[in-house]
Amino acid sequence: MREQADAAIAAVWRIESARIVATLARIVRDVGLAEELAQDALVAALETWGRDGIPERPGAWLVTCARNKAFDLLRRDRVLRAKLEQIGLDLEAREAASVPDFTDDLDAKRQDVIQDDLLRLIFTACHPVLSPDARLALTLKLLGGLSTAEIARAFLVPESTMAQRIVRAKRTLGEARVAFALPPPAELDQRLDTVLATVYLMFNEGYAATAGEDWMRPALVAEALRLGRVLAGLAPQEPEVHGLVALMELQASRMGARADAAGAPVLLLDQDRSRWDGVLIRRGLAALERAAGLGEAPGPYQLQAHIAACHARAHRAALTDWRRIAGLYAELARAQPSPVVELNRAVAVGMADGPAAGLLLAERLAQDGRLDGYHWLPSVRADLLLKLGRHQEARTEFERAAALTANARERALLLGKAHAAAQAGTA
Amino acid sequence: MRFMIIVKANASTEAGVMPDESLFAAMGDYNQQLADAGVLLDGAGLKPTSQGWRIRYEGEERRVVDGPFTETRELIAGYTLIEVRSREEAMEWSRRFPNPHGPGVSAEIEIRPLYEMDDFPPSPALERMRDLQVP
Repeated sequence: MREQADAAIAAVWRIESARIVATLARIVRDVGLAEELAQDALVAALETWGRDGIPERPGAWLVTCARNKAFDLLRRDRVLRAKLEQIGLDLEAREAASVPDFTDDLDAKRQDVIQDDLLRLIFTACHPVLSPDARLALTLKLLGGLSTAEIARAFLVPESTMAQRIVRAKRTLGEARVAFALPPPAELDQRLDTVLATVYLMFNEGYAATAGEDWMRPALVAEALRLGRVLAGLAPQEPEVHGLVALMELQASRMGARADAAGAPVLLLDQDRSRWDGVLIRRGLAALERAAGLGEAPGPYQLQAHIAACHARAHRAALTDWRRIAGLYAELARAQPSPVVELNRAVAVGMADGPAAGLLLAERLAQDGRLDGYHWLPSVRADLLLKLGRHQEARTEFERAAALTANARERALLLGKAHAAAQAGTA
Repeated sequence: MRFMIIVKANASTEAGVMPDESLFAAMGDYNQQLADAGVLLDGAGLKPTSQGWRIRYEGEERRVVDGPFTETRELIAGYTLIEVRSREEAMEWSRRFPNPHGPGVSAEIEIRPLYEMDDFPPSPALERMRDLQVP
């Protein structure tokens, strides 16, 4: 009975904690303190609800309890109060003066002041004074309502390590006097980028997880998706937010098809597309439409989502629109120059215009040297050479790729291909 | 994990009576809460069974049976698909579901977990995904 009540309270906490912490942070202007006060309210709930049962509106109960604890603290601590009045007034004034458009946009849509506080909380947890690791941990703690133990499991580190990371992150925010506020307009784009990068990093931490690992790692994918969807509701005018959501929904749609029965990874073109998740694909395409509907030139997330959408729309691998994908990679390379993007473009061009055209791009990359040591470059060249019937060169490149990868399963695969190329050459 | 909240039909939904404004508003508010929390995946209301049909398999035969169907309380009038982190969280969201047929009207919703990847036999550990062509 008791256990059941605790599990139910934990569920309420998961649902409500971000809103409670955000509300308190607005009052005390300190996310660390807000989180402690929210925890106090949770402890009170565990006592009271464990005895009297869960109230009709548990969320409201928790908010009221937490707010009372915050106001008690302010009454007791005069120094804190004086400091807050000073900061609070300054902030309100500055915010009202400096970010009219952004808050107006939100105001128009917002049904509840809490949404605004949540957005502040996200920007604070993903503040640039924090390291990427600290941003991830704090975001999961403050926005996800995850316990320190759960976050530690997700990142495969001891709980004490994660606890320290979170404490340090809160201290860093305090020492840097980071205000609980929306970024000023001049910084908005860059700050939003940091938020989106944090969410996408969370997604990839989980997406790259292996099947045998702790279940908390795949849970990161679900949490990143959830946060992305929340963010899309909070900042609906930002195309890249929808772009990121679309990208994550579309990538997540393939999770059930990425491994075969024996657990070996299955490449995109070999996946059983009937196992792709139709609900997520539909949501991804809808998010992409929202992003495109905002009319700005597509940013990197939206472009990557468009590429993922090309795959999602192809019911069979042979129906993939490679010409469009090649064009999108070219756009992506302009928006976010990177040799890895160029290599992807070489693959797409190879599919669209034939292996010779793809090889030309790959050769150019090989000459510029930025991908030296990256096994995918020789592997891509090998595939293209093989298609051109240049078997001996293909074999050499496969062997080069095999020597560069640290992954045993991949090395075996590449050496197998090298062998097959050599055989084909002598046949 | 995913859960489907299934709304059972009643005489009104089977008669194709549209919910009144206040019920629409209550459902809208609830769906907004789900969306704000990032847990709403999908949902829809279903037209009455008079506009549907069944296929009945008998031996090698398959037979079309036109609606309406009579066992009203066993019929489905709509669904909401959510993705949450635990069974308890699904329980908490379902407790907040407004009465789908309006305040004071006898009604029932049913919540069912969906099968997930983890429900299928375990496979050996995956190597890290290094799929260059994703996205």
